[in-house]
Amino acid sequence: MVYLTRIEHFNAAHKLYNPNWSKEKNDEVFGKCANENWHGHNFELFVTIKGDPDPETGFIFDAKKLGGLINEKVIEKLDHRNLNIDVDFMKGKLCSIENLVMGIWQELEPQLPPPVQLHCLKLVETAKIFVEYYGGK
Amino acid sequence: MGKKVAIFRKEHFNSAHRLFNADWDDEKNMEVFGKCALPNYHGHNYELIVKIIGEPDEKTGYVMDLKKLSDLVKEKIIERFDHKNLNLDTVEFKNLNPTAENIVVVIYELLRPHISKEKDLQIRLYETPRNFVEYPV
Repeated sequence: MVYLTRIEHFNAAHKLYNPNWSKEKNDEVFGKCANENWHGHNFELFVTIKGDPDPETGFIFDAKKLGGLINEKVIEKLDHRNLNIDVDFMKGKLCSIENLVMGIWQELEPQLPPPVQLHCLKLVETAKIFVEYYGGK
Repeated sequence: MGKKVAIFRKEHFNSAHRLFNADWDDEKNMEVFGKCALPNYHGHNYELIVKIIGEPDEKTGYVMDLKKLSDLVKEKIIERFDHKNLNLDTVEFKNLNPTAENIVVVIYELLRPHISKEKDLQIRLYETPRNFVEYPV
């Protein structure tokens, strides 16, 4: 079993805001991340797949094709967008990176041709903050 | 003539923005600014490098106290722009397109009055790890 990681990036606006709470409660919990007019980040997405190298190509999966797939299925929807407003798979969800990485998994995982398996998604929001998700509950 | 030394302080802020010219229609804005003109904003992790050139003080050995420089940049720049929408939340960009070029000039103008005249000031601003600007040149 070998693990292959492809790195892509997107720039997006968002805010952390629970519509069921008052503005005061949102400010208390989310601080400046709740700014009603949004803020934004340069996000980096690390997509790690796992599998055995194909005996004829030596590839788990063509890394260029993986890049194309990530761009087509995920980056196109996220890049230069407002995550709270513009992204279909984040509708009705709180726009934390925890929820975003799980949303990206649901978009990407069904697109990988068997026997390629998605192993891990790492989503970097700032130089100091990132999340990892390995699928499942 | 003493020896001039450059000192640098790095800070960062996360903001939302969009690029558009209010005198143009949506079509023309999309043609010129592409996805950067999308109406619901996007965002970046901006990295700011403040460079000060001068002769080290004979008594302290400092060109400028870096802690004081850090406090100054936080007070004048970071508090103004961090977790804000540059188009909506700042007076500086009410009528100025918040391109990296315009942001770097604004930052210079905000800091210059607070740095002593005999020292040179130069600002480098990273909008993404790959796109950055400098002023003055």
